[in-house]
Amino acid sequence: MEQELIHELVAAYALDALDDSEQREFEEHLAGCEQCRAEIEGLRDAAAALAYVPEGPAPPPALRERVLERVHEDQRSNVVPLRRRYTLPAVATFAVAAAAAAIVLAVWASSLSSSLDRKVEIAKVLASGTRVALGTGSQVVVGPDGHAVVVSSLGRAPAGKTYELWVIQGENVRPAGLFAQGKPGSPVLLSRRVPQGGHVGLSIEKSGGVDQPTHIVGETPPLT
Amino acid sequence: MMNLRVLPGGARPSASRDYTGFPDEALLALAAREDEEALAQLYDRYSRIAYGLALRIVRDQALAEDAVQEAFLTVWRTAGSFRSDRAKPSTWILTLVHRRAVDVVRREERRRAAPLEGTEEPDERGLAADQEIELSDRRRLVQEALRRLPDEQREALELAYYGGLTQSELAERLSVPLGTIKSRMFTGLRRLRDLLAEAGLDEPLAEL
Repeated sequence: MEQELIHELVAAYALDALDDSEQREFEEHLAGCEQCRAEIEGLRDAAAALAYVPEGPAPPPALRERVLERVHEDQRSNVVPLRRRYTLPAVATFAVAAAAAAIVLAVWASSLSSSLDRKVEIAKVLASGTRVALGTGSQVVVGPDGHAVVVSSLGRAPAGKTYELWVIQGENVRPAGLFAQGKPGSPVLLSRRVPQGGHVGLSIEKSGGVDQPTHIVGETPPLT
Repeated sequence: MMNLRVLPGGARPSASRDYTGFPDEALLALAAREDEEALAQLYDRYSRIAYGLALRIVRDQALAEDAVQEAFLTVWRTAGSFRSDRAKPSTWILTLVHRRAVDVVRREERRRAAPLEGTEEPDERGLAADQEIELSDRRRLVQEALRRLPDEQREALELAYYGGLTQSELAERLSVPLGTIKSRMFTGLRRLRDLLAEAGLDEPLAEL
């Protein structure tokens, strides 16, 4: 296929309008084409918006029961091993770089009410730390001394709820701060250091926070 | 499972949790950790739209139910591979539903010649009133954006998306060259994206 034409297939791909061999060919192209990768997300969103148009009957209640029964029985034999979720595909590199730029801006834009010490500490961690995926659109940056900063693109916490951070080491799970996320991208400094081999967890809890997590939604691998 | 190992008692979500108001991303993360209640909440949020879409494409209740069931099972099994920095959860879920429905219709060859008219009487039961209002607002916005596309671009998008036709089938159906179809879909979908962005349709569905 001519190179200038294959870019156009990004739309047909987003609409699921390619046959099997065209789809394979385009996916190979997509893996190496930054231009198409940049475009696919927005076009997928636009295609998915078409899903809202059909006006049909509500699904039968029995379908819900059947789906949940299947889910319950499912042995998850096809599940991606947990470990793999922690690896960052090469494709994500640009997004991570962009997120890093956003973090730097966010530090300087962060509220004047936070103490200068805190800002300096955050800046030090961001400058020298290692970035690890926390899941749920969030990342942890850990400095060499164990100080850690969380940067999250999560929206505001549900009404009456807060996001709570945890430092986890073996059976030992300790609260490490709350954030409600008014401004996505603002860095949050953990209130305790992360020891060698410890994890950082993120949960959603009732406002005010709790002593032990109930709804863990993200967790890093062990940090070294 | 990792969380069970590292987290002491109380960390495992029970079946009675109330996930109302949780962001989609968080529900997917919980589903990836085998939390069935989180999957149930996602089902309650998206099954109405999913079923309407599947029914439009496959034109058969039993097949539409199969498509929705398989799609949500895929959500359950692959929630751990969802990456929130690369896609919106709603797009991801609805893409899985669409793919599954298109697979079904291509396999069953139950495609109809005129896939855009003659849907059943809408049955508005099954969703909370505010969710129902939001869904119809959203429907109206998308319909409005579609109306603003040139006819031949709208036709190409609708036949591809709701008809489950491949680009080659589309070219044949409309008796136009394949290259023309590609351009119509490409230009049309880009324009739709821009129109939807102008209309402000990039917020997630309210997490009710």
